[in-house]
Amino acid sequence: MNRFSALALAVQTLAALALAGPASPVRAADARTPAAVTVPIKSFAFMPMSVTVGVGGTVTWKNLDGEPHTVVSTDGLFRSAALDQGDSFTFTFTRPGVFGYLCSIHPQMRASVVVR
Amino acid sequence: MTSDLSRRGALTCLGLTAGTLFGLSGGVLTAAPLAEAAERPAGKVLFVQISDTHIGFSKDANPDVAATLDRTIDLINALPAQPALILHTGDITHLSKAAEFDLAQQHLSRLRASELHTTPGEHDLTDGTGTEYFARFGGPSQGKGYYSFDHDGVHFVALVNVMHFKAGGLGAFGDDQLAWLKDDLAGRSSSQPLVLFAHMPMWTIYEPWGWGTGDADQVLALTRRFGSVTILNGHIHQIVQKVEGHLTFHTARSTAFPQPPAGEGSGPGPLTVASDDLPRRLGLTRVSIAPLRAGALIDTPLA
Repeated sequence: MNRFSALALAVQTLAALALAGPASPVRAADARTPAAVTVPIKSFAFMPMSVTVGVGGTVTWKNLDGEPHTVVSTDGLFRSAALDQGDSFTFTFTRPGVFGYLCSIHPQMRASVVVR
Repeated sequence: MTSDLSRRGALTCLGLTAGTLFGLSGGVLTAAPLAEAAERPAGKVLFVQISDTHIGFSKDANPDVAATLDRTIDLINALPAQPALILHTGDITHLSKAAEFDLAQQHLSRLRASELHTTPGEHDLTDGTGTEYFARFGGPSQGKGYYSFDHDGVHFVALVNVMHFKAGGLGAFGDDQLAWLKDDLAGRSSSQPLVLFAHMPMWTIYEPWGWGTGDADQVLALTRRFGSVTILNGHIHQIVQKVEGHLTFHTARSTAFPQPPAGEGSGPGPLTVASDDLPRRLGLTRVSIAPLRAGALIDTPLA
């Protein structure tokens, strides 16, 4: 394979990917917006402070601190019970948007979920 | 009886206790450790403050918080002059569970004092509505959490600053409660001593950890004309005091476990210390009174 044909192959591949994009929207969405994300709660912080999931995706929070935390959306969409060390809470997001949330026990702990 | 004996044995080993004993004389409040109270009874014991019992907690910082609460209750019950009132400044439970509230009530029912007054902490309201808390302790306030009463000429006000958090994490009272307080204090003589109690500190001790109340200034403004105002809180599991003119601020120790000083470590969680150091981190504060003397708050560790 000479340099020209290698370049041609690369162009073809790009073209194929570009064509595959609209034909396979689920796959394209998977690459950018995962269906399931885990957010550890550690050292009094949600990490990372912003995560992105697709519509229908889930976010699972797991508390690793010895102190309990909660996951409470600022607009009332979701609310966990008090999560003791090792406890988890999962919520499924069914519409796009940016959803802020906090720990109601330590409300200085704030973060958000982007759904698209 | 067997369990009582083993519990007492454990308590002897731990040597833990906590709480605050308050007395009143001449309209000025002073504080001293409860451990000393049994030996040096104040002239008139008005009330005892306990806080942050965290029933349900069982981790290393204190595997038996019910036992340390019992130890505290034993000390209060052993006072030569029984206080008429007990104030609990919140975080009765650790996770707001019904079973935790039930257990807390079982233990608190051993208090000989005739009245127990409470205000919730954020650990008591993690369900958002406080269903379990208000089912048990919502009576005096008709489910609002804040209420007032008079005892021996002193006006007591229970306030709630853990239901309307401000951005950044400070506690808040909210407009409805502030309007209620304004009405409650209107028409009262400025010479009547006030005791305000809430869970979170009513002045900003450390904002990054939310150790303050965003709209506390509006409460303090309503108290300006009063000659003696004592403001009691829990939440931070250690004693911090401030005296500002006629205002005396005091945060109580926990009966359960200590927390780190402001800004030390990753956050305001349970602080595990050596077992022989624990008695120094938990303790009692007595507030007693000397006529015509400025209020003096004295805290003494137990060990």
